[in-house]
Amino acid sequence: MSFLEVLYFIVPSAIFYAAPLILVAIGGVFSERSGVINIGLEGLMVIGAFVGILFNLLYADTFGSATPWVALVAAMLAALLLSLLHAVASITFRADQVVSGVAINLLAAALSIYLVKRIFDKGQTDFITERFSRYNVPFLSDIPVIGPLLFKSVYNTSFFAIGIAVLAWFVIYKTPFGLRLRAVGEHPMAADTMGINVTRMRYIAVMISGGLAGIGGAIYAQTITNDFGHATINGQGFMALAAMIFGKWHPLGAMGAALFFGFAQSLSIVGSSIPYISEIPNVFLLILPYVLTILALAGFIGRAHAPLAIGKPYIKGQR
Amino acid sequence: MSNRATNLLVPIISVILGLLVGAVIMLVSGYDPLKGYAALWNGIFGDLYTIGETIRQITPYLLAGLAVAFAFRSGLFNIGVEGQLIVGWFAAAYVGVAVELPKIIHLPLAILAAAAAGALWGFVPGLLKAKFRVHEVIVTIMMNYVALHVTNALIRTVSDGGDRTGNIYASASLRSEFLQNLTEFSRLHFGIIIALVMVGVMWIILEKTTLGFELKAVGFNQNASQYAGMNVNKNIILAMVISGAFAGLGGAMEALGTFEYVSSKGGFTGIGFDGIAVALLGMNTPLGVIFGATLFGSLKYGALNMPNAAGIPIEIVEIVIAVIIFFVASGYIIRLLLLRASAKKKEAK
Repeated sequence: MSFLEVLYFIVPSAIFYAAPLILVAIGGVFSERSGVINIGLEGLMVIGAFVGILFNLLYADTFGSATPWVALVAAMLAALLLSLLHAVASITFRADQVVSGVAINLLAAALSIYLVKRIFDKGQTDFITERFSRYNVPFLSDIPVIGPLLFKSVYNTSFFAIGIAVLAWFVIYKTPFGLRLRAVGEHPMAADTMGINVTRMRYIAVMISGGLAGIGGAIYAQTITNDFGHATINGQGFMALAAMIFGKWHPLGAMGAALFFGFAQSLSIVGSSIPYISEIPNVFLLILPYVLTILALAGFIGRAHAPLAIGKPYIKGQR
Repeated sequence: MSNRATNLLVPIISVILGLLVGAVIMLVSGYDPLKGYAALWNGIFGDLYTIGETIRQITPYLLAGLAVAFAFRSGLFNIGVEGQLIVGWFAAAYVGVAVELPKIIHLPLAILAAAAAGALWGFVPGLLKAKFRVHEVIVTIMMNYVALHVTNALIRTVSDGGDRTGNIYASASLRSEFLQNLTEFSRLHFGIIIALVMVGVMWIILEKTTLGFELKAVGFNQNASQYAGMNVNKNIILAMVISGAFAGLGGAMEALGTFEYVSSKGGFTGIGFDGIAVALLGMNTPLGVIFGATLFGSLKYGALNMPNAAGIPIEIVEIVIAVIIFFVASGYIIRLLLLRASAKKKEAK
């Protein structure tokens, strides 16, 4: 296998694995930039995956080939509702945000499997029939090198994810809303003094993160696993959290990190058929994203600064 | 109402609310909550066998709860108990199968290996926190996954490509014929005694030693501790190491008592995450951990009876546990409501 062939093999699969991670990591950026830690991304993804698959199975006849996309909307709404629980606990009830996130993760995992067992009478759902399908982008896929690398047998969801990342960058850095979001996360009291409603901003941010995590989970389930069971998401949400930190809480950075983690994940799966890489023990590829995140946090790969007010509930009038 | 009474009421109210939410979910999804909770009760206290198994289930919860609580008291949130428990499980099982020694050496050696492995897994986030101010929550989450993948790879290596090690030698086992006979041959083992001793150890460290005083001081206020001449960094690392050792012991309970082997895992055991719930419910005190571990261990084991006896998926109990954590974490609002209720009573008088 020549080097280029290896690239043709690995790059599309890396992008394919990265798409859900990008969306969930961007969701994390919104929440954490507003000052709310969201460990619950994993659980929100689980609910998204569950609702996406359920909706797909129930309404495949009604919506035909558009089913996966409509399922994304359903998944988004479901995860948004669950994230509201996290918002109420961590913003209004002043709960420890990490603990509340842990509760969200436990709740989502248990509730979704409970419902699967109730509805399907077994531990996992049936396989979906309508799924996102690969296609070649017309004209663009004929470009030499770049064509087969980026535009051959791709999923629309990958373009969607990258589009959302660019949009998120624009919203967070180029709009008044984004400025307020960042202000609330860095110095809520100053923001409050300037007339920004801290509570409202944080609620919106957490709900955006919920919606995006739900979409990410549904994309993951409808492209990679095609059914839903207890091991469907299996740490993807935490991987997205890692991508967000590795990307230094910046939407485009998070996207880059997610792409890289997608690369590592696809290597651990398809690597056995690639020369040289097949000789690296699989475990190193599996732990690579996590080790890199730890190194990034320790400052070995550029210093990462969390938003200043992260994790602290805002109590009006308290210094 | 006194502060102390409110502190005790918050967990109790949370448990009641959690069970109520569980009942509502069962009702809405078409099950009979009374039948469900009856099945749960029988699954916990049905006969001597289930009681023995329930106590066995409580054992690792005690240690996981202690691990989380100990770190909490020093102002650290150890989400990595899960990973520390997994490496402890592996280390104990490895020592159990690798060598054959007289019991008096072998068993303590296997237990110590588990504690050391867990301590090592806790040392990394502790060191990073102390030296680079890296938030321990993220590092411990990442360490969980590293633990999962690394132990799986090690199990494959040790077992020549298989997915579980052989059974440990009897000389490293915690099993006890006496306890088994007492409980109609449940898997109850001597681990429960170790766990309860550890509860005492934590109490002594925290309440009776200079180390414990310093750890708690660092937990309350790092700047003040520094000013008082304490070595904050050393205390942070020590807190994580001791917490990790408790978690590793939790793994030893599974390796040397319950299963007597270690198998590769597709996902987490969940014991470490439930340890967070145990510690929170117990307000991070040693005695509270006993209360929390007993409750959650019983619920977890009792739930196994629910599918057979009432046709209800066991996940309902995990939902209840999640809701309890949610309410305990939102203690502020419960306190506020309690305060208002007692204020109204006063007005009425």
